[in-house]
This record gives sequence, C-alpha cells and structure tokens, in this order.
Amino acid sequence: MKNMLFELKEGLIISLKALQANKARAILTTMGIVIGITSVVLMSTAIKGIDNAFQTGVASLGSDNLYVDKWAWFDNDIPWWELRNRREISMDDFRKFKDLAKLPIAISPSKFTNKSLKNGDKLVESVMVIGTDAEYLKTTNLEFADGRFFTGTESDGSRNVVVLGHEIAKELFPTGDGLEKYIKMQGKKFKVVGVLAEQGSWVMGNFNPDVQAFIPIGCVFKYFSSQSRGSITINVRAPNPLMVDAVKEETIGIMRRVRGLSYDEIDDFSINQQEGLLDNINQTVGVIQIAGLFITGLSLFVGAIGIMNIMFVSVKERTREIGIRKAIGAKKRAILGQFLSESAIICLLGGFVGLIFAVLLSMVIDQFLPTTVQFDSVILAIVISLLTGLVSGYAPAYSAARMDPVEALRYE
Amino acid sequence: MNIITIEHISKIYQVGSEEVRALSDVSLNINKNEYVAIMGPSGSGKSTLMNMLGCLDTPSGGIYDFKGKNVSLMDDNQLATIRNKEIGFVFQTFNLLPRSDALHNVELPLIYAGVPTAERRDRAREALISVGLEDRITHRPNELSGGQRQRVAVARALVTNPSIILADEPTGNLDSKTGEDIMSLFNIIYEKGNTIILVTHEEYIANHAARVIRLKDGFVEKDYQVSDRYVPVNNNSSL
Repeated sequence: MKNMLFELKEGLIISLKALQANKARAILTTMGIVIGITSVVLMSTAIKGIDNAFQTGVASLGSDNLYVDKWAWFDNDIPWWELRNRREISMDDFRKFKDLAKLPIAISPSKFTNKSLKNGDKLVESVMVIGTDAEYLKTTNLEFADGRFFTGTESDGSRNVVVLGHEIAKELFPTGDGLEKYIKMQGKKFKVVGVLAEQGSWVMGNFNPDVQAFIPIGCVFKYFSSQSRGSITINVRAPNPLMVDAVKEETIGIMRRVRGLSYDEIDDFSINQQEGLLDNINQTVGVIQIAGLFITGLSLFVGAIGIMNIMFVSVKERTREIGIRKAIGAKKRAILGQFLSESAIICLLGGFVGLIFAVLLSMVIDQFLPTTVQFDSVILAIVISLLTGLVSGYAPAYSAARMDPVEALRYE
Repeated sequence: MNIITIEHISKIYQVGSEEVRALSDVSLNINKNEYVAIMGPSGSGKSTLMNMLGCLDTPSGGIYDFKGKNVSLMDDNQLATIRNKEIGFVFQTFNLLPRSDALHNVELPLIYAGVPTAERRDRAREALISVGLEDRITHRPNELSGGQRQRVAVARALVTNPSIILADEPTGNLDSKTGEDIMSLFNIIYEKGNTIILVTHEEYIANHAARVIRLKDGFVEKDYQVSDRYVPVNNNSSL
C-alpha cells in the first residue's frame, strides 16, 4: 500500500514535469475536455432547471385538484374522435354535480376563451380569459398583489368585473394603478377588481396565471359564446391530497348520474389531474435529458479521443525516455502509472476549468431559467473527467509500458 | 566471488522469415572487482551480449546466472528489479533525461528502487560529488559538456551501489581528452573495488581493462588477462 502511494506520488511528479515541458500542447489537449465537461455540466444543470420549473409549475395547479372535462388531457388511449363526440359538459351538469357532491371543499366551473384586452391604446392580444365563479379561488393557490377575486354576487350576477394576471396587469397598467379602472374586452367594459401576484411558472405557457385574466363565467356565455356552445370544465378540489382518490370515485359516480349513463355505458367525460400532467412532463424531461446528455456526451467523447491521440504521440516521442527509465529499473507498472497519471492530470485540469466555465455560464442561464450548478454535478464532473483521463490514457500508457527496453533505447 | 556465470548462451533473432544468430555459443564467468573489456567488430554479437549481461534481454538458449539467480527464466518485472539494483548502465549517448537536471537524473534509479525523497537526494548529491560535478548539480544536460554529461551518467550508474557497471562505448561520443578523463574515472571506480564491464571496439580503450574478451561471429574468440594494463593518470583531482 505504502509502496503504491509512493509510486503514485512519483508518477504524478514525473507527469507534472512532462506537462510543464509541453505547456501549449497540454493546454490545447485540455480544451477538448474543458468543452466537454462544460457542456455536460451545463446541460445537466439546465435540465435540472427545466425540471424544477415544470415541477413548481405543476405544483401551482395543486396536487389535490381534479378537472372534470369532456377532453382527456393526457390519456391517449381514447381516440380523439370519441372524445370529440362526447356530449358537452354544461352549466346544468355543473349545478347538479355541485348539489350532489359531498366530499370536495370547492367546486367551480371554468370556460376558456381567447380575447384581446385593451386599456386605451395599450393592447394585449389573445389572452387566455377564464370564465368562472367565486369559488374558483378555492380550487387554486392564487395570491393577490392588489384587490380581490370577484364575489359570489358578482359572478352569479355576471357583472363586468375582471381579475388580471401579473403580466397582463403590467402591460395594461405599467404604473401599477389598474385597480378599479376599466379595461375593454371585445368592446365590453370590465372593471378591474384584483391583480394577481407573480406566479413565475413560465413553463406552463398559457396555463400560467401570470398571463391569464378571470371574469364571471356568465359573462363568457353572455358576450362571447352562447350557452349551448362549448363545454365547460368542472374544477373539483379535495380537502387534502390523501382524499383525492375518494373524491375521484365520488365524482365519477355523481357525473355518471348527472349524465344519465346506464351501467353498461362507459364514462362520457374525463377526470384529469396533476398526476397525468406530471407523468407527461417527466416523460418529456426524460427525453430532453437523454438527448441532451447524449449530445454533450459526444463532445466529451471527442475530447477523450483527442487525449488518447496526444498521449500516443507523447509516448512515441518519448520512446527513448521510456527506454532509459526501463533500463535503469522502471517496472511496467511504473511506466503505466506515469502515462496514466499524465492523461488523468490533463483531464482533471480540464474538468476543473470546465466546471468553472459551467458555473459562470449557469449564472447567465440563471437569468431566464432559474438554476444553479448542483454539488452532485460538481462531483460527477470530476469523476467523469478522471475516468475519461484513465480510459483514454490506458491504451497509450499500456503501449509505453510494454515497450522493449533495447528497442526503445535504440529509437532515434 | 563469482557474479556472472554464462553457460552456452545463444540468441536468435527472427528477422522476417530469416533467423539471425547474434550469439551462437558463449560461456564466461565474471568475478567481483574485475575490469573486463568486451571487444569485437560490428556484427560480432557484442551489443547482444551486452544486452544479455545488462538483463535488458534474455537469451534464447543456455543459462545466465547472476549472483545465483537464473536470469534466463525471469519475467520483465524481475529483470527490471535486477537492472535497478544490480546493474549500473553507462551508454555511448549518455541517455540522460533532457528536461531533468543532473540531480534528478541521478535520483531516477533510486525512485524506482522506492527510496524516500530526502535520502534519495542525499545519495544522488553524493554520487555527483564523487564524479566531480558538485557545482553542476542543478544543471540540465543541455547546459553540460559531453564529458560532464557522461559523468552524470556514471553518477547515475553508481548511485545504487550496483554489482556491476556496464559501460557501452562510454567514450564513443567524446573527444580523446575528455574520453581519457572518463576512463580515468572508471579506473578509480575499479580501484575502489567495483566490477566494470566495458564494451568497445577500440583497442586503446580496451587496454584500460584488466581482462579482454574478444567476440567474433557470435563466439568467444579470445578471453585473456591483460599483462600491461594501461593505468591512466588520476586527473580527477576532487576524488
């Protein structure tokens, strides 16, 4: 053991000297590993950032929410034309359901529509406007920067009131004085009663409350589509995540009754939940992960080939040195160790520099995708670069170790 | 005391489809504190014999016994150990590591012997002093003259206290004055009780030895003691 440490130490000293003597070449060779490690670390960091963003985005939906919808959001088992042919879910269905359901703590209808919002000459186009009722607030985790959600009276009376998402409010009222002002939606005036706090889950796209607006569902039917057209979604919130399955059972039962389905008919509605979205996202992130790491892994592989190439050149160049060392008593292991530690040092050095680059670049990425280089990717980067050095250095080092001293000494 | 016993060794190289007999049948003994010159024209097999004696290569046939150990049967690592502990090489082309200073070059065999750093430095410095290079310890080979380089090589050969010093044309790359200095150094080493094997093709150099072995076509042609050995003047004043 002591002997091995001694050999390791001597091998390292010898390789450091050799690298010092060939600085330019060592640096150029290292670049391949630097780029490889930088991209691998950056990619895994970015993927973690994307994943985090998705997870928090999904979490903002609430894990104890169910969405009764004509459409199945994620279930691809049912062909789309069957989904299309399902009966619409109407406000009537919603009212009957709400009367019968016992377990949920909140039930609200929602109907999406796409509208342009105007405040004087300020215009935000195609905003996702959600028509709903006062109880909607209890089915979400929305927080307010200003004002309040509309009241039961306002929603039941289909008053022209609106709650704006953070981004929308910022565009329409840059000075932040939107409360109690009026905006126009397809010519109709709506009074701003509330502005939401920033949610920041950008990955959700249109489902991010930051870019949404909320109005009483009656207004949607009154102004933007007739009662008979378009299906609504019923948002159902369980008291806690443990109750989700029970609530789901109850919901299915009641919906079947409300829809008048006999026992041999299949459900003509879907119960959607965050879990389905999560599965979907995990799949997507998984694909990104594999593709991303594969591509960045390729660059590391190219770097490794560079190391191997330069180590072969180095061994060839130093044939005579190897001969001298062998003649005066270096064993195979000592020569192997010398060249292995040389390539390991090159790669470790590259790994460290790559890490530094990755940390710096991740600070740039952090500006638009919140992320930091995790401690485990630091360890991983060091281990990977060390392994790269050992693997790509092995063949050249082995060829050096098994040289015939007589031949090597004769080499010019 | 017998250090080397060689009995009927041969060495056959395969060059393409042809067999080349570099050594046909060589037998000899070398005792402690002998000063032997191995001579012969090129192609006589003296390089091959030197490689055998230096444990850089193993014979195709016959027995090579080094201090009671059968070298013919050793593997590469065992050979490396023998070379490290028992043999000090001095080459015609010096064979120093160009990027290392004199001290590190002399330290090298001790590194492979596993000697701790501090002790190694001391011994290397001592060896350099003993060849008269006390003021060249931190110089690199390219900062040294040919004679000085060869002295570093001699110091490297001596530093492990080997059983034999094996010198292959040690003056071949030196002018005659410097060559004479190196031969004088060898003489001192010999007189201190070391065993030296000198491989050369120059009669004048071989005359420094006490015994001459002449090779021809892979055989020992002559093996005799030199009656009127040339003893060089000691101009290594520091010794």
